[in-house]
Amino acid sequence: MMQTTPRTLFAKLWDDHLIQPESESTPAVLYVDLHLVHEVTSPQAFSVLRERGLRVRRTDRTLATMDHSTPTTPRGLDGRIPVVDVQARAQLAQLEQNCADYGVPLFTLGSEHQGIVHVIGPELGFTQPGMTIVCGDSHTSTHGAFGALAFGIGTSEVAHVLATQCLLQRRALTMEVRMDGVLAPGVTAKDLILRLISEIGVGGATGHILEYTGSAIRALSMEERMTVCNMSIEAGARAGMIAPDETTFEYLAGRPHAPTGADWDVALARWRTFTADEGASHDRTVVLDANSIKPMITYGTNPGMGIAVDAPVPTPSQLSDASERRALEKALAYMALEPGEILLGKPVDVVFLGSCTNSRISDLRLAAAAMRGKRVASTVRMLVVPGSQEVKRQAEGEGLDEIFRAAGAEWREAGCSMCIAMNGDELAPGQYAVSTSNRNFEGRQGKGGRTFLASPLTAAATAIAGRIADARTIVGGR
Amino acid sequence: MEPFVTLHSTGVVLPLENVDTDQIIPARFLKTTDRLGLGTNLFADWRYDAAGAAKPEFVLNRPEAKTAQLLVAGKNFGCGSSREHAPWALLGYGFRAVVSSEFADIFRNNALGNGLLPIALPEPAVDRISALIAREPAARFTIDLVAQSFALPGGERFDFHVDPFARHCMLEGVDQLGYLANKEPEIAAFERTRAGVS
Repeated sequence: MMQTTPRTLFAKLWDDHLIQPESESTPAVLYVDLHLVHEVTSPQAFSVLRERGLRVRRTDRTLATMDHSTPTTPRGLDGRIPVVDVQARAQLAQLEQNCADYGVPLFTLGSEHQGIVHVIGPELGFTQPGMTIVCGDSHTSTHGAFGALAFGIGTSEVAHVLATQCLLQRRALTMEVRMDGVLAPGVTAKDLILRLISEIGVGGATGHILEYTGSAIRALSMEERMTVCNMSIEAGARAGMIAPDETTFEYLAGRPHAPTGADWDVALARWRTFTADEGASHDRTVVLDANSIKPMITYGTNPGMGIAVDAPVPTPSQLSDASERRALEKALAYMALEPGEILLGKPVDVVFLGSCTNSRISDLRLAAAAMRGKRVASTVRMLVVPGSQEVKRQAEGEGLDEIFRAAGAEWREAGCSMCIAMNGDELAPGQYAVSTSNRNFEGRQGKGGRTFLASPLTAAATAIAGRIADARTIVGGR
Repeated sequence: MEPFVTLHSTGVVLPLENVDTDQIIPARFLKTTDRLGLGTNLFADWRYDAAGAAKPEFVLNRPEAKTAQLLVAGKNFGCGSSREHAPWALLGYGFRAVVSSEFADIFRNNALGNGLLPIALPEPAVDRISALIAREPAARFTIDLVAQSFALPGGERFDFHVDPFARHCMLEGVDQLGYLANKEPEIAAFERTRAGVS
């Protein structure tokens, strides 16, 4: 038998979906198994189909939902979620029209399975190991948690996939991120990924696909793995991946769109092959000691500007690189923070629990357990936004909504909400928020708003204290 | 897509690293279903004050920026969100090329697909160009996509590299969909080999 070179997980998925290999003059033609669509990045792509008289090639591999510009305000007496923004209403109507015209399945606002695109794909069992998955959204990297090759694309590429079920791609490099050890009580998957990004920076993985390995990764639940893979893009990576294992298979079993019966056995045998071969080599390797990770929080205006929650904010004058110094000065000016300041104890105005990073049932359970019988500080507005209608129903079934409501938090409908601030949920200028979302860019949560990214536990602890709090104090870890 | 062969233009410098696409075009302007009309809100929150008036200190509001088709920025330009509205906004404003020492992957793809040329040059070259613009705002640069060269007024040149396929499409002014659509027989054959695989 011919000796084959050991392959990375990425290489296996790449090879498996290659219709035409790349050459010097042409990129590879890569087949897409699942294309997720939402209202914001698809209208101009459907326009391309219309202009050229093209159809959607595989409506059975395409799935649309409404999440970005959708309000999360409670339903009216008619049971519908009111959309007051004229532009948002037109955009949502356009998606409905496009999906009707082209035969694309759509979960409309407030319907049974509607939710954030990266929450519903996995929870309905559409997302499976070994797949290529794309969406006009950078956080498509989330689905890599299942051992899928999943990445965000632009709207022109959305049109490419709609029309041909394929993409033109250059092969990426790979970076192994090995995390061994055990996360301390009060430390979550969110802290793990924030720590990684703080170490390698927001451009640290540009051009690479991350393959997460190690005992700390293996110990994570599927939802925690999604949190990690979700933010791979914040390090500049195209995608993040975790090889599937029993945790993955257990999560998938019984999901509405997962295979059943004999098909399940066939699929399972195939899925088990999606691991990196022994001896497969990566272009780069980063090693992180999970034991050393503390609850993390960002202080600046990109997700790489993160520190342990009890550490001082960095001091610009201590940076030797002029460009980095300037960036830090600008970030601290925007955030109205002092060099060396300790964020613990800093009052905040808003706490946001939600987004494709941290709006799944386990995130809500974690926060609810910390908030049971307690009150959100009177100076704080807390929004709890489930990632999908399914998560919302599940949370309500478990009484989590009652815990949040009793604490004085707002219990909202499913959507991206304050993570993207284009749906009515936003910070006022100058407000501080602790958010479980993924981006703290200037204005990301509303013009002039100031975001501290953190875990759901840190968010819950902060909501109660009214000030940035150490999650370890509420789980007895310290 | 408008062909891109050569560009002869002045430049403006945004001396910041990690400029994310939320700054290039804030999310609240993404409720459009059109690709046109985004240029007015390019860098909206850096460009306008709370009352909507132009901030004079912001580089795009300086007189010399009005006609510049070249933007020079710090490393990791276009990071964050995959929104193609970012290159649409830059093109809508009038930019045809962006120079940086590094581009975020999705932004670079989106730019190339729309005829906005991302020119990756080593950091010292970006610094030289930025310094020159600071000294002589009227300095004109010549970008030649055929030769893949970036020329300073004095004749000094920097070579850059663009993916050959994207370069071909930009030179011809054709988008990439036509090429993909012609692969239909190969795509159909591939699908037949994967029957039964989800």
